[in-house]
Amino acid sequence: MIVKTPSKLEKILSEGHYGVTSECGPPRGSNPEHIIKKAELIKDHVDAINITDNQTSMTRLCSLAACIRLKLMGLEPVLQMVTRDRNRIALQSDILGAASFDIYNILCLSGDHNSFGDCPQGQNVHDIDSMQLAQMVRLMRDEGKFLSGDELDGKPQMFVGAAANPFADPFEIRVPRLAKKVAAGVEFIQTQCIYNLDKFEKWMKGVVDRGLHEKCYILAGLTPMKSVGMAKYMQKRVPGMDVPDEIITRLQGVEKGKQADEGIKICIESIQRLKEVEGVKGFHIMAIEWEEKVPEIVEAAGLYPRPKID
Amino acid sequence: MIRSITQKKSEEAIDLLLNGLNRIFIIGCGTCTTLTRTGGEPEVRALKEILSQKGKIITGTTVVPVACDNLTRDFLREFGAQIDQANCLLITSCAFGVQTIARQLRKMVVPALDTLFIGKETGFGMFDEICTQCGTCIIGETGGICPVTNCHKGLVNGPCGGTNHGKCEIDVAKDCVWTLIYNRLKELERLDAMRKYQKPRNHQGEPKPGKFKLPAA
Repeated sequence: MIVKTPSKLEKILSEGHYGVTSECGPPRGSNPEHIIKKAELIKDHVDAINITDNQTSMTRLCSLAACIRLKLMGLEPVLQMVTRDRNRIALQSDILGAASFDIYNILCLSGDHNSFGDCPQGQNVHDIDSMQLAQMVRLMRDEGKFLSGDELDGKPQMFVGAAANPFADPFEIRVPRLAKKVAAGVEFIQTQCIYNLDKFEKWMKGVVDRGLHEKCYILAGLTPMKSVGMAKYMQKRVPGMDVPDEIITRLQGVEKGKQADEGIKICIESIQRLKEVEGVKGFHIMAIEWEEKVPEIVEAAGLYPRPKID
Repeated sequence: MIRSITQKKSEEAIDLLLNGLNRIFIIGCGTCTTLTRTGGEPEVRALKEILSQKGKIITGTTVVPVACDNLTRDFLREFGAQIDQANCLLITSCAFGVQTIARQLRKMVVPALDTLFIGKETGFGMFDEICTQCGTCIIGETGGICPVTNCHKGLVNGPCGGTNHGKCEIDVAKDCVWTLIYNRLKELERLDAMRKYQKPRNHQGEPKPGKFKLPAA
């Protein structure tokens, strides 16, 4: 695939290396130290760092400002942008703001519903959806136009990503849905956390059969389990999450103090298996409030050192 | 048949609205709120009892046939004296009825209900919101099922990643509309309709507040 933006992540992927990304959630307050510290922990082991946008609808420091913090540290952010809170004027405006700070990656999402967060009575905006957002960024970047058709003075140079959940039902819809996202202009995908590898491989086969892996880079999403409790919570309470019983049984099989280590081990083994899956071009490691473990996972999975690019 | 779906305000909420208003005429509605048991004859009677016990003077009560109808004015005429004695009207119709009466009688009105949605009766005692009157109908492409109304995010390009065994991630009592659409289109052998990219919606199909005037014949 031809490189279209100054994104370091795009460059690495285009050169055929596995891409490695991770994410940091901004703090629930204005203190930037938190985000800086998290980024310090992982910066040498990943190519780009996603900054979540008020994830689970809990109000936090904004993704754009946190991305600028990363830029000031010389790092490569992925601006996550959800359509839940802003209409098309605000979204386009924030895209331009981010581009003015040379933020070169964007992940277009619809966002968790308000009812999960701290403002359940607030208005869900959803003026446009994640697919329309991706197409809008492409329109701004490739044609230099606003959604209205007006000309832009300065195009946002952004590598456009989106999420995909191979595990939500109906399963049969999930490959066609990816195809629709790719047709809308999505260039890379970070998937939902993968625990059911068989199902993921089945989905990937569908992706490869349709040639989508040649039009879009698929980064497999992974979140290490910290405990049996976390695994059970993910299995029962997180919609669209597929945690097979074997994962829980395996974590239960070790003593309590060793469950976190076992979780890391499962994550590393998963990456090793997924490396063999045709069409997987990288890994998105979401160690939730456990960023210090990312280097260990990356190293043990044979993804270190990260490629240096000019 | 479509119905205006309502729910009762709490007793505390009504007490606050009636603060300082001691002479009350209560008006129920014989149509939607009778059917949903939120504002028909038994509910009017219960309100009369509760408020009387709290020391309010109930100058009279009635249940009008259709509160939102322009004929309500004529129906209420025979209660003129009792209405005149009241310093407010407590109304157990939906907000369409409350606003109709407020316009007709020019008296302080207090709604006893919250109006939730315009519902379609989908089973005995079951009502679902199936249309939000957005003004830009796309159900010709979604198997006759509206995602704008029935998806919590109003998504028009397919389901989000939170579909949970065919239910919505935020409420297991509600179906994921995109699963319904998928099943319907599959049955009709029209799944290709789901491939179509829907452009950003026109949210100004009918700019709020909606207004319609019958054109001259």
